[in-house]
Amino acid sequence: MSSREIILNRVKSNKPEPTQRPEELPNPIRYENLLETFKTMLGNIEGKAFEVSSWEEITGILHSEYPDMVNKASDIPQLADWVDFSLREEDPHQLDSVNLAVIQGELGVAENAAIWVTEERLSHRVLPFITQYLAIVIPADTIVHNMHEAMSQIRTGGFGWGAFISGPSKTADIEQSLVIGAHGARALCVFLLKD
Amino acid sequence: MKTDITSHAEAAEAFNKKESYVNWHDETLWFVRKKRDRVVHQIPEWEALREKASATKHYVLSHMDELLEEFEKNAIRNGIQVHWAVDGDEHNRIIEEILNRHGIRQMVKSKSMLTEECHLNPYLASRGIDVIDSDLGERVVQLRQEPPSHIVMPAIHLKKKDIGDLFHIHLGTEAGAEDPKYLTEAARQHLRETFLTRRASLTGVNFAIASTGGFMVCTNEGNADMGAHLADVHIACMGMEKLIPTFNDLSVFLRLLARSATGQPITTYSSYFEKPRKGQEMHLVIVDNGRSTQLGRADFRNSLKCIRCGACMNTCPVYRRSGGHSYHNAVAGPIGSILAPNVDMRKNADLPFASTLCGSCSNVCPVKIDIHDQLYKWRQVLAKEGFVPKPKAIGMKAMSVLFAQPRFYQWAGSVGRVVMRTFPGAINNGLNPWYKQRDMPEAPKESFREWYIRNRQK
Repeated sequence: MSSREIILNRVKSNKPEPTQRPEELPNPIRYENLLETFKTMLGNIEGKAFEVSSWEEITGILHSEYPDMVNKASDIPQLADWVDFSLREEDPHQLDSVNLAVIQGELGVAENAAIWVTEERLSHRVLPFITQYLAIVIPADTIVHNMHEAMSQIRTGGFGWGAFISGPSKTADIEQSLVIGAHGARALCVFLLKD
Repeated sequence: MKTDITSHAEAAEAFNKKESYVNWHDETLWFVRKKRDRVVHQIPEWEALREKASATKHYVLSHMDELLEEFEKNAIRNGIQVHWAVDGDEHNRIIEEILNRHGIRQMVKSKSMLTEECHLNPYLASRGIDVIDSDLGERVVQLRQEPPSHIVMPAIHLKKKDIGDLFHIHLGTEAGAEDPKYLTEAARQHLRETFLTRRASLTGVNFAIASTGGFMVCTNEGNADMGAHLADVHIACMGMEKLIPTFNDLSVFLRLLARSATGQPITTYSSYFEKPRKGQEMHLVIVDNGRSTQLGRADFRNSLKCIRCGACMNTCPVYRRSGGHSYHNAVAGPIGSILAPNVDMRKNADLPFASTLCGSCSNVCPVKIDIHDQLYKWRQVLAKEGFVPKPKAIGMKAMSVLFAQPRFYQWAGSVGRVVMRTFPGAINNGLNPWYKQRDMPEAPKESFREWYIRNRQK
């Protein structure tokens, strides 16, 4: 008998009487002001939020936040003139020299400032992690109240990888002192793009 | 790796010798518990969330074979290679074979308590394969040749000076440097080099989704993603209880996990892997290692609902004052104490006794495991099976004789009070374990019973 069969047989004979799946949660939290809540939550975890209404505004803010930055990368078509680093490279290791990456997010969640991103809009899965500094652009009207609303909007199957990203990378493993910039991005700017 | 096993009480006594460390450990974990309370109180539906998570996990336990098969079918369709391991040894062999097939001698690994449970690192090291742990806390304890002392905060038993000294030796940081920012930056540089040069990366699994064949890995540092997205081979290892039915169920568990663990609304990265990237090989190892046995123990199967948040450790008065290493098990604290005896009763017979049964663990558990009830039930099983040490067994017997005979109890009580009042030295000495780290209280003149009889007559 294979290990698979051994395990499945044991499970079959030891599992408890079947129970039903529980009902949906009736009233998950909702906020009066979605955008403000998202911004407060992001601020709490050391991220910076900017409400903007054009791509020019975004590049302007990036320029003042990161003056003289080189090796800027993005897969976003509207930023084609702004980048100076090509992501056409096949080997993800070459992305080690990226300093600033701007990626497109699908939706934001007010309760925890998480942003859903998928590889559908990325040339490399590693980009949001390997870059020194990260910026994410999301349409301001995609912000939802809570994780239940977020998950119900995501359709799996079309992408091989996706992630909720909430703030810059961090650790408190040395005497519980919070340090921003563990292995992933050292800072996170979120652009809430209004029509 | 230090593996010599002493009992929880002996190890706790050693931990208690450094008073400043114990106090810091105690206060810091309690601070994390309070952070948890603060964020939890911002969610009005918290109790309904816990209830839903617990019921969802119960559904998983009661349909585990079907869900495992569904998960496997979908994962294979996604291009993931699925392996099954009956125990830790088989888990280790599977990983060794995958690495050997690719001629890989070095691997980077993000946090996985399962690989701690299976002792993967020493196994691979003995076969000449080098593993580097990439979570900062795990890297610290790895360099110290110690196991993690907490499942979420692996180096919580250390102070920044210890880590500064360690990094000075291993990473060449300045002698005496203890600024956490500086030390973290040194580790970032050191581990970035590792991420860029390892062809294989191992990650744990926080949640495996039966309906999609994908899995989610949660970190704050970004180390799991750095490893997995750069490596040619990604190996993910999961205990079979990590299953949840659907992608939608993640909403409940992601809301509970980080709030319970560290008081964050969510981890920085909740990364969902469904298919390998182009040109990458992705493996998934499903491990039993005693879990199917635990599934058959009606009193203890709820322990398999655990999502490894560590809230029960942070709140536990015994864990906070005895340290994770005193539990001599990959998972420490209250939850570790109900998981460990299932795997080895003899070796872990002391753990269910490392508790005051105060119930705080059960109150904070996000999946509502009846932890303190199970601790109590394990004590009875262990006593029945003869795994309780002699002195404890004799003591328990003497106590049951005492409590069963009211007259004898009254007499013994009055004798005790007289002795304690007349010769305090008889109990305030090193022979009395209750005297350690504390003074004995002054004995009252009369018992409550005597007081009650006297006052009722008035």
